Amino acid sequence: MRSLFPQLANNPKAAYAATAALAVVLAVLPLAVGMAGNAWVRMLDFALLYVMLALGLNIVVGYAGLLDLGYVAFYAVGAYMYALLASPHLMENFEWIAELFPNGLHSSIWFVVPLGAGLAATFGALLGAPTLRLRGDYLAIVTLGFGEIIRIFLNNLNAPLNITNGPQGISNIDPVRIGGVNFAKSLEIGGFELQSLQLYYYLFLVLTVGVIIVSVRLQDSRIGRAWVAIREDETAAKAMGINTRNVKLLAFAMGASFGGVSGAMFSAFQSFVSPESFILMESIVIVSMVVLGGMGHVPGVILGAILLYAIPESLRYAAKPLQEAIFGTEVVAPEALRMLLFGLAMVGIMLYRPSGLWPAPKHGINPAGNRGTGAAPGLGAQKS
Amino acid sequence: MSGASTDRAGARADDAAATAAGAGAGRAAARGGSGQAMLSVKGVNKRFGGLQALSDVGLEIQRGQIYGLIGPNGAGKTTFFNVITGLYTPDSGSFVLDGAPYEPTAVHMVARAGIARTFQNIRLFGEMTALENVMVGRHVRTRSGVWGAVFKTRAERNEETGIRRRALELLEYVGIVQYADFQARTLSYGDQRRLEIARALATDPKLLALDEPAAGMNATEKLGLRALLANIRDDGKTILLIEHDVKLVMGLCDRVTVLDYGKQIAEGLPADVQRSKAVIEAYLGAGHG
Repeated sequence: MRSLFPQLANNPKAAYAATAALAVVLAVLPLAVGMAGNAWVRMLDFALLYVMLALGLNIVVGYAGLLDLGYVAFYAVGAYMYALLASPHLMENFEWIAELFPNGLHSSIWFVVPLGAGLAATFGALLGAPTLRLRGDYLAIVTLGFGEIIRIFLNNLNAPLNITNGPQGISNIDPVRIGGVNFAKSLEIGGFELQSLQLYYYLFLVLTVGVIIVSVRLQDSRIGRAWVAIREDETAAKAMGINTRNVKLLAFAMGASFGGVSGAMFSAFQSFVSPESFILMESIVIVSMVVLGGMGHVPGVILGAILLYAIPESLRYAAKPLQEAIFGTEVVAPEALRMLLFGLAMVGIMLYRPSGLWPAPKHGINPAGNRGTGAAPGLGAQKS
Repeated sequence: MSGASTDRAGARADDAAATAAGAGAGRAAARGGSGQAMLSVKGVNKRFGGLQALSDVGLEIQRGQIYGLIGPNGAGKTTFFNVITGLYTPDSGSFVLDGAPYEPTAVHMVARAGIARTFQNIRLFGEMTALENVMVGRHVRTRSGVWGAVFKTRAERNEETGIRRRALELLEYVGIVQYADFQARTLSYGDQRRLEIARALATDPKLLALDEPAAGMNATEKLGLRALLANIRDDGKTILLIEHDVKLVMGLCDRVTVLDYGKQIAEGLPADVQRSKAVIEAYLGAGHG
């Protein structure tokens, strides 16, 4: 609460009211947007997935200062894990698995979410281990390579054993089921109908809130301070007794686990995954969300994720009619225009808001230019 | 000054257990040079390629002493310092801290063993507040992990409260508590030095190792630093001080070692060292003796 509305820290009543208002808005949003069309609700769902991804990467890039250009690999790990555990693919290709599960291979979300987090965390640590001594550019290159390795594996693991079904991807993935509710079908509550997309929205919202809470609490903890200390000065952090190896691995693993959860949800939501969804461009977009939003600042990163997802997506719909209205004909293909404007926005933000759209508030910049301590004349006398 | 002395009293009460022996009897003995050594280093050799940076250097620091390590530029002071604190791996040498041998092979293990250091060119966590910087110093003496942080367990909350309280005490002790919520990089140079010392003290060190703390300070700041270091010693901490400023060293240190070209050329009380022919030659060149 305190970190949600820092301006209202001294006014708990107002903070509760603001939180309640925000909750109502978030709850009603998919219903309101649903009236404009399902495509928009779908955008909301994806925006939430990206918020989770960006917050996960924020732990690695924002808190610990480790530039990771292969983050999408963890998204892929989560997505393929769910795809394999909840689709007929493995059963069709391996007889012994089919025999093991006569009723088909299905996995409960209560099992998949922790497993996705755990598996991605393991991969995170696997990536972290060889890169511990690398910084900056070198780290970026190795992580970029890691992301590509995972994608290429997924692309080619269809022979000799067909595990990932190669470039064709895995389809027929189970939707999420909680209790008796099948998220692929609409749900009727007291005469009121919730679409599948809206159901997913609420599920993703719950997970996102969880991810936000974990992010904020970690930031404000012993581990979070150790991460930031490493980002600020690794040598000094070591000299303070921080085991930088373990703490960095922890950052990689924690960040990756959010990506894994998000990936599993993506897979269930789409009911189809293929390596195409996990290209380098995705990693770059997620890094951009963190950097443009405000590295290390949770609200900023959320804003960055939403904007960087929503702007190009809305251009997809708006670019064509807009051009036709202005020029009477389509001058630039919407896809090209999207990328053009995206690039332009990034350049603009980096020029005018180099620390991000919504960076962490700066504490106590001292306009008077404090010199000396003034507290104890004998100890630290004023300079002038 | 009254403010500072009450602060000190508070911090002293906090440290009471650790320093009960150190502050009084221990220190008297220490000045005399008897009793068990806090840090005993023998036979350190370190070679960088063809350069013998340290040859058979050793020192023994008694409990409650301020021990000075001086020498002209390039004498090997910082190399020696980095060896003790685990930044460089020595080719040989034996290290005993407070009666227990330690291996200076990993920097964070040295901090855990009980040596906290500051840096010649200040290395604070610039974007963090002064308070957070000191709180990081508590890392090595606390244990909460991800689980505690995410679920806000009682143990974690208690530990956080303790960390914050101790960090504030230390900021007060070094005299910059009024800047607790300022970003470290916005502090003045002298205050940054103080903050670095507070951060080092937060690790509950047995030995506080300071690498040229007075570098770049003006005369008043140096006086303030000197008073602070004397306070820290009087509260029972042991200090190793590398310093260029001979005046500061001579006035403050209980014992001094002089290095030149990686060799120990003198060791003893400051006044004796000052008169040593070898030292005068090292600083001024032969012919000035």
